[in-house]
Amino acid sequence: MNLDQALQTFIGESRELLEEMEQSLLSLGATTEPGEDIHAIFRAAHTIKGSAGLFGLDGVVAFTHIVESLLDQLRSGEQAWSEDMAGLLLSARDHIVALIEAVAAGEEPSTPVLQQGAKLATALSACMQGAVAEVADQALAAQADAASTPDAEDGHWHISLRFHADTLRHGMDPLSFLFYLRNLGQIVHVETVADALPLDGSFDAESCYLGFEIALRGQTDHAAIESVFEFVLDACELRILAPGSTAEQFAALADALPEGAARARQWLIACASLPAEAETSPTDARADALPAGGEVKGEVAALAASAPSPVQALPPKPLESRSVRVDADRLDQLIDQIGELIIASAGTSLAARQTRNPELQERSATLASLVQAVRESALQLRMVRIGATFNRFQRVVHDTARELGKDIGLIIRGEDTELDKTVVEKVADPITHLVRNAMDHGIESAEVRRQRGKSERGTITLEAWHDSGAIVIRVADDGGGLNRDKILAKAVDRGLVDAHRQLSDSEIYELIFEPGFSTAEQVSNLSGRGVGMDVVKRNITALRGSISIDSTPGQGTAISIRLPLTLAIIDGFLVEVGNATFVIPMDVIDECVEFSQVGHNDFANLRGQVLPLIGMHQVFGLGTGARSGRRNIVVIRHAGRSFGLVVDALLGEFQTVIKPLAKLFAGVRCVSGSTVLGNGKVALIVDVPALVDQAGQAALARASAASAAVSAA
Amino acid sequence: MTAVSEKQAAGETEAAGAVQQGQYLTFTIGGETFAVSILRIKEIIEYTGITTVPMMPDCIRGVINLRGAVVPVLDLALRLGRAASPVTKRTCVIIVEVQDDEGCQDMGIVVDAVHAVVDMSEQDIEPPPAFGARIRSEFIAGMGKRDGGFVIVLDLAHVLAQEELGALAGGTAQARAAEHADTAQ
Repeated sequence: MNLDQALQTFIGESRELLEEMEQSLLSLGATTEPGEDIHAIFRAAHTIKGSAGLFGLDGVVAFTHIVESLLDQLRSGEQAWSEDMAGLLLSARDHIVALIEAVAAGEEPSTPVLQQGAKLATALSACMQGAVAEVADQALAAQADAASTPDAEDGHWHISLRFHADTLRHGMDPLSFLFYLRNLGQIVHVETVADALPLDGSFDAESCYLGFEIALRGQTDHAAIESVFEFVLDACELRILAPGSTAEQFAALADALPEGAARARQWLIACASLPAEAETSPTDARADALPAGGEVKGEVAALAASAPSPVQALPPKPLESRSVRVDADRLDQLIDQIGELIIASAGTSLAARQTRNPELQERSATLASLVQAVRESALQLRMVRIGATFNRFQRVVHDTARELGKDIGLIIRGEDTELDKTVVEKVADPITHLVRNAMDHGIESAEVRRQRGKSERGTITLEAWHDSGAIVIRVADDGGGLNRDKILAKAVDRGLVDAHRQLSDSEIYELIFEPGFSTAEQVSNLSGRGVGMDVVKRNITALRGSISIDSTPGQGTAISIRLPLTLAIIDGFLVEVGNATFVIPMDVIDECVEFSQVGHNDFANLRGQVLPLIGMHQVFGLGTGARSGRRNIVVIRHAGRSFGLVVDALLGEFQTVIKPLAKLFAGVRCVSGSTVLGNGKVALIVDVPALVDQAGQAALARASAASAAVSAA
Repeated sequence: MTAVSEKQAAGETEAAGAVQQGQYLTFTIGGETFAVSILRIKEIIEYTGITTVPMMPDCIRGVINLRGAVVPVLDLALRLGRAASPVTKRTCVIIVEVQDDEGCQDMGIVVDAVHAVVDMSEQDIEPPPAFGARIRSEFIAGMGKRDGGFVIVLDLAHVLAQEELGALAGGTAQARAAEHADTAQ
């Protein structure tokens, strides 16, 4: 994870929380019973403090801690709520804002801000009772002169920490504890212990192999240090040595460490918990190597003065947040309105053409191009990068590979490719399915891979790129590929295809999307890829997308999903059928030709190719209408094949804002939606895949009826 | 707007019993006068620019563009089992709001001519006859007495029942035949 990004998120979140805090404080005002609001304020302060701790923002943590203590007392009823208190807390809130803004600007808070902070802290502490106030005072004092040389009275603590392997899996980040530790004092030195790291390839990215030897300087006590690690006490070995520990205690620590006493002593020396002279006589009796408490202090003071703590060496980069969070509904509203604008602009263009006024036409053309530019930018607003979705698959691949006992890596390309948020949300499930399928059935076992001379580690490639107004997402594996013959045999077996028909490879691969193919009993070598593939295809089709397969035996399989960039607006082509106007999505159209047909057959001769024709009149049950001029053929491409749609007239390109049809029309096939034309009339959008399906079924029905008639005779 | 829908909701709950008093819009279809409660009516527009949706039962004329929204239009004459009447200058589309499980939806109904909004008290409205009317009895909310004659007060909730119309939209010949047989009774 990028720490800078996380810091920006923290700043954004803190700003929001502080806003809420202000609202709550203001609404509380003079009431005597704070109730729920005080809880909200407390939670806000607590969240800011916790997050600031993770980023090592000591100043914010120290101050917020005091505010939080006071709020806690208010919450528990130890303190009475008063208007003065509200005023004080508001000023405190403003101070936190100043601190956060300083972090956002990437600089240290200015002196006046710090002075104000000290004043406020005193005032806040005065409000509090007893010991809490004192602790708070100390915390602030420690923070106020954090940059100055450490107080000679501070003790040198040595902390020895070994995290258990499960730490990361429990959601703990070792680094955050080290950051938080800095609230107690200054970390003089950290020695990372990576001895447990396996070198034989059994490395598991989710296991924690690290340990730390930490030298901490500060006025604190054993319990306070232990409380820092409260969340991980069950999942780590924690050993704390107080300032002035005796030689025996250090020796016991060194012995207790799993890495052995000799290594341990090196770390202790590096941490300046043991003086360096010990190194010269490593074999000596331990007692000799151990200094008196006072000496240690001196060493450490010198060290601390010369070398700042390594953790502090990470200054927050000045990265101005340039993003605005907008409610998704408002964005949708904007897109809707722009849709209206496009319709209105189309209407204006039409009217302008009819007036035959060149100036008006020119102006309306300018307007139309501006509207188109606005449309593009508005749609950009909803675009998100696909990277976040892709990165989820790292985990999916890792887990599934483990389940299957295969060694499989994931390569991600094109994570910067952008597409509509609504599409991203809907495409994740189909991709998951494809990835799992590829891992389960595509990639062979390590043994088979070795026999075939491939590397034992299988690879899944997840790619995305833009291709002429569409996004293509490709899931590829380097497995065995689809078994063409087995699929064909199975399809013939199931009666999906005629045994005598000659099918191209891609037609055969298409068969795995047939619903009949997704049954449990699969020929093992067929790689069972039918499972749920029809569902994947259905989901993709519902998004107005298409899916295709490319497979090379022994080399692997690649499944490409092609999706429109947005679901709201498409480029369409207007055609007239009878008296009705239809929109055909531009992306399926290859070309338009004049109507012709071979004899009385339902196909045409397109430059030597047979082009099956689908009469829109017949499919939609529309009369040919009054006009009997030349008819036209719109050549469309679906599933790798060309078809001709017979229409009356071609009306040209049209930016189509998709309006869903009422639920009433849910049963209507071949129509995927509607749109409003420039002249105010409604046109229906043709659902090309359904249309081709329907035409195919109708032809099949006619054929079977004919053969039945023949056999009856 | 919310006030209106509350009123509608109230109207709907009471519609289960007798038709209550209130204002009704009267209109004619094929020379016969009908009335509907105005609570559900949003507006009345000129009959123009209807786009036919293929493979729908005849009573669904198609869709229109109502200020950017695509609204289905139903031919009331056909829905009530009468012959379709020719479109004249007085032909109108009444936009009504239909409520179903998923919220409100606008729908247009084509009528031959719109007359007036009339006040009818409870005494003016008789319960629907058990038989005798040439339309399906569940479409009739009551019989309003006007000028010594009767107007049929329609129950729009039933006439425009989405489930039934949606089922018709299967577009099969059987469905259409059944529809015709049904309404011909």
